[in-house]
Amino acid sequence: MGRRTPLFNLHTELGARIVDFGGWDMPVQYSSQIGEHHAVRRSAGVFDVSHMCVVDLRGEKVRAFLQKLLANDVGRLHEPGKALYSCMLNESGGVIDDLIVYYMTHTWFRMVVNAGTRDKDLAWIRKHAAEFDVEVTERTDLAMLAIQGPEARAKFVTLLSPAGAQTAMALDVFVGREIDGLFVARTGYTGEDGFEVMLPANDAVRVWKELNAMGVASCGLGARDTLRLEAGMNLYGNDMDESKNPLESGLAWTVSFEPATRDFIGRGALEAIRQRGSPLKLVGLLLEDRGVLRSHQKVVVSGVGEGETTSGTFSPTLERSIAFARVPAKTGDHVQVDIRGKLLNAAVVKPPFVRNGKPRIDVAVTK
Amino acid sequence: MSNVPADLKYTRTHEWVRDLKDGTVEIGITDHAQHALGDLVFVEVPEVGRQVGAGEPVAVVESVKAASDVYSPIAGEVTANNAELGTTPELINQDAFGAGWLMRLKPANAAVLSELMSPTEYQDVLKAEGA
Repeated sequence: MGRRTPLFNLHTELGARIVDFGGWDMPVQYSSQIGEHHAVRRSAGVFDVSHMCVVDLRGEKVRAFLQKLLANDVGRLHEPGKALYSCMLNESGGVIDDLIVYYMTHTWFRMVVNAGTRDKDLAWIRKHAAEFDVEVTERTDLAMLAIQGPEARAKFVTLLSPAGAQTAMALDVFVGREIDGLFVARTGYTGEDGFEVMLPANDAVRVWKELNAMGVASCGLGARDTLRLEAGMNLYGNDMDESKNPLESGLAWTVSFEPATRDFIGRGALEAIRQRGSPLKLVGLLLEDRGVLRSHQKVVVSGVGEGETTSGTFSPTLERSIAFARVPAKTGDHVQVDIRGKLLNAAVVKPPFVRNGKPRIDVAVTK
Repeated sequence: MSNVPADLKYTRTHEWVRDLKDGTVEIGITDHAQHALGDLVFVEVPEVGRQVGAGEPVAVVESVKAASDVYSPIAGEVTANNAELGTTPELINQDAFGAGWLMRLKPANAAVLSELMSPTEYQDVLKAEGA
């Protein structure tokens, strides 16, 4: 038996199929994975993401600490509640984890890291926090729900006070705020509008049931994976890990090399790679032949070399198979993927595949 | 508990076999199997005329989550495949024992049909798997 969130019993009552995810017993789907996917693209769905690890970092030097710890620069965060997506790198530039960090006050930042990497993340954070006198507190008292979809915000705010609802609806993208005793952030992992809400663990079941009663669909990790892949978002452990750097993981945009004086962990290694040019890159693939792309399939780039898919699935929105693949930097606009010994054709495309319910790539190629 | 029709034979790997009484059999995956796989999005069926051995992988069923091989319960020659599945793989989710059939086979030796699992034996397999 794995670890369980405060919603575990409700998931089983709702008929969820439970799987192990990073040591946690989590719902992978309730009824139909495709149905849950479409609910989020077309109206609203709720996900239990309480397995993710919320860490509060407090201290006078917390900003300087994070400017060393993270590849993206928290120096850019000035508005309270503003969030930043970043990688946390090791000395050789490999990705220890990807995370979101919120600027709360000048002595307090809040970080959300992956469940499967919790132990090593906390050890790494604590190791480096010591020299900055930063206090590291894991918030195991909080549950976290992601309410996502075009109707998600309007439905969720009906659970708040009138003033709270107004504040929540006015939140900018990638900003969070404490509202009515909850932490409500306009963030997500689906490519749709919505909130991620941290709330006292004891309130989670009630809020979930109230959302269901409003027609917000219970959604599992299966739909979460197809949604994030369509949205062009990386999954730690699939698309990058400690042996891969952000430049070969489609995450160069999250590395802040300016100011040049900011000495973040992994900077030296990344600069060397950047100078000579990363030999590999992460691209999107759209399968042109019939079949389904999966992770770890061989990618053949004619005249250039080989690569590998890192995530792959059937896209319910495009009704085609899509993937991320790590391929040689010289790869052009077409590759072949080895699926069970057959070489199938795939177009190289720029993610995201889907955003805000709409296809973002042209699927009008031979089906 | 999954639906296990009484007039079919079964395998431990969740295929079903229907004796069509015309010298051929129809083969598919069970309701339990389709439920475990989830929404099916791609199915690859064997070519007509192909000679298959017992236990040989003959078809692939892919859901959003994963790809899974389908094994031929018996040896024989493929006499038909379900082309409908090419455009509507969800037929397997909707009707695993009917419209979602995968292939028809002319058994090399019809006598082996009786060696396949009975519905009761298959129910026991499902129970043992905690289904």
